[in-house]
Amino acid sequence: MAFDVNEIRTEFPILNRQVHNNPLVYLDNAATTQKPQVVIDAIVDYYTNYNSNVHRGAHQLADEATRKFEAARDSVANFINASSRCEVIWSAGTTESINIVANGIAKLLKAGDEVLVTEMEHHANLVTWQQACLASGATLVVAPISDKGELDLEAYYALLNTHTRLAAIPHASNALGSVNPIQAMTARIKSISSDALVMIDGAQGIAHCDVDVQAIGCDFYAFSSHKFYGPTGIGVLWGKEQLLADWPVWQTGGEMIAEVSYQSAKWNTLPYRLEAGTPNIADVIGFGAAVEWFQQLDKQAVLAHELSVLNCATQMAESFDGLEIIGSAQHKVPVLSFVMQQGHPADIGFILDRQGVAIRTGHHCAEPLMNRLNIPGTARASFAIYNTVNEVERLFEALEKAKKMLA
Amino acid sequence: MALPSTADILEDLEFFDDWEERYKYIIDLGQEMPKMDPQFHTQERLVKGCQSNVWINVTPIDGKLQFDVDSDAIIVRGLLALVMAAYNDNTPQQILDFDIQQYFEALDLEQHISPTRGNGLRAIVSKIRDFASAARL
Ligand SMILES: Cc1ncc(COP(=O)(O)O)c(C=O)c1O
Repeated sequence: MAFDVNEIRTEFPILNRQVHNNPLVYLDNAATTQKPQVVIDAIVDYYTNYNSNVHRGAHQLADEATRKFEAARDSVANFINASSRCEVIWSAGTTESINIVANGIAKLLKAGDEVLVTEMEHHANLVTWQQACLASGATLVVAPISDKGELDLEAYYALLNTHTRLAAIPHASNALGSVNPIQAMTARIKSISSDALVMIDGAQGIAHCDVDVQAIGCDFYAFSSHKFYGPTGIGVLWGKEQLLADWPVWQTGGEMIAEVSYQSAKWNTLPYRLEAGTPNIADVIGFGAAVEWFQQLDKQAVLAHELSVLNCATQMAESFDGLEIIGSAQHKVPVLSFVMQQGHPADIGFILDRQGVAIRTGHHCAEPLMNRLNIPGTARASFAIYNTVNEVERLFEALEKAKKMLA
Repeated sequence: MALPSTADILEDLEFFDDWEERYKYIIDLGQEMPKMDPQFHTQERLVKGCQSNVWINVTPIDGKLQFDVDSDAIIVRGLLALVMAAYNDNTPQQILDFDIQQYFEALDLEQHISPTRGNGLRAIVSKIRDFASAARL
C-alpha cells in the first residue's frame, strides 16, 4: 500500500489553521497528536444519535452504545494482538494505567523487594514506582543510560536479581526518542528473575513502534489514546489475563461488582473488575474510531515515512551551527530534542511559536533525566504521520531566525 | 536599575508594528537588566516554571520594596524587566494598586502572564504581591 502524506493531511482539519498569520506547523506530537475527522465525527455521532449509558440499559440506545463501546475494545485487542479482549482495561490514560499496576504492586511488595526503572523515565513511570516503594519498604533501582541516551543493557542486566519484583521500562523515551529493545529485555529479565513482572510504558510506543503484546512477552503494557490520534481522557492498561484476574482492585463502586451486600462485595470478572463507575463512553468510541482508521493504513509505510522525516530533521540539525542534538540512540521514535548555544529552550519556543511552529520546551516531565544529562531542558520537535519534509524546512528557517534574534 | 518606566515601555512598544521588532526590544531589555549575583540563585528564591526558572530577591528600603529578579531565559528576563518597571522601588500599596493585567494587555503581551504559560511570570507577579501584602502589615 502506498502512503500519501498529502492525502493523510486532508483528514486532519486542524492542519489548515493559521497561527500568528502563518500556516500551523505542528511538531508537538509526543505531547499529543491531532485527531482525524473520523474520530471527531465518531464522538459527535455518539452524542448526537445514541448517547446512553453502557451495559445496563434495557433500551435501544443503550444497546447501540454498548455495542460500539465493546467493539472499540475488540479493535484495541486486535491492534495490539492481545490474546483476549478482556485483557484490555480502559483507563484515563497511560498515567492511570501505570497507577493501576503500581497501586496493586504496592500491596504485594515487601521490604527487600526491588523495582527496576531506568534513568530515562517520564515522571509517570517513575514517581508511581517510587511511591509504591516508599509505601512498601521495597527498593527502587535505577538503571543507567549512556550519553547518547541509550539504555546501558549490560549494566541493566547486572542490576537484575531474584529480588527484582517488577521492571518498568519505557517503550520509547518522550524526551530523547530512544527506543528500548523491550522484547529482548523482557526475555532476559524473565530468565534472570522468573518472578519479576515486566511493565511497559507504551505512551510513545503505540503510535510509532510495532506493538504485539504477546510477542513482547511483557505482563503489562500501558498507553494513551491521545498520543495515537484518539481523544484525551482515555487510555488502556493491557495485562495478561491470569494476572489481571487477581490483581488488587483499583477503584470500587458500580460496574466492577458481581454481588453486593451491606457488608461485603464480590468482584465482577475481567475486564469490568478494574473499570469502576460509568466509563468515558464517548472517548472510548472515539478511540475505537482512531484505531480502526489507523489499521486501514499500512503501518510499516507510516513508520517509514515518519523516520524519513526524522532523518531529514536530524541531518539538518547536524549541519546547523550551534545546535546540539540531545539523544542520538540508534533506534528512535520521531523525536528530535536539542539545545542551542544561542538561547534557552524557552526562548527558542517563544520565537518559533510566533512563526507558527509548535514545539515543546522544558524538562518534558523527566526532571531527573535532565539533571542526569546536566541540562535545564531541551527544545523538542516530535513528528507524526502527517508531518512533511517541507515542515522540517520551516522548522529550521524558524530556528535560523531564533538564532539571529537571540545572538 | 536604569530601566525605562512603564510609560516609556508602552510608548516604545507601540512604535513597533511587527512581532520581530517587539521581541527584539524585549530581548534587549532582558540583556540590559542587571544580572543577579549567581549566589542568589538559591532554592528559596526560585520560582519554578516548567519551561524556565525565575529567581526573585526582595529588599525593603525606606518603606519601598526593591527587587532583584533573574531568569535563565532571555525573553523571560525581558518580560521581567517589564514587570520591574511596574513594581520595583514602589511602596507596598502602590504595588497592590497596580493593575498588571491591564498593563500587559496594553503591551499586547497578556498571553505571557496567562496561567497557561509555564514561564513563571505569573508566579513572580503573585510572589511580588505577596511580599507587598506582607510588608504592608
Ligand atoms: C513516556 C511517557 N510516559 C507516560 C506519559 C503519560 O501519559 P498521559 O499523560 O497521557 O497519562 C507520557 C506522556 O507525556 C509519556 O511520554
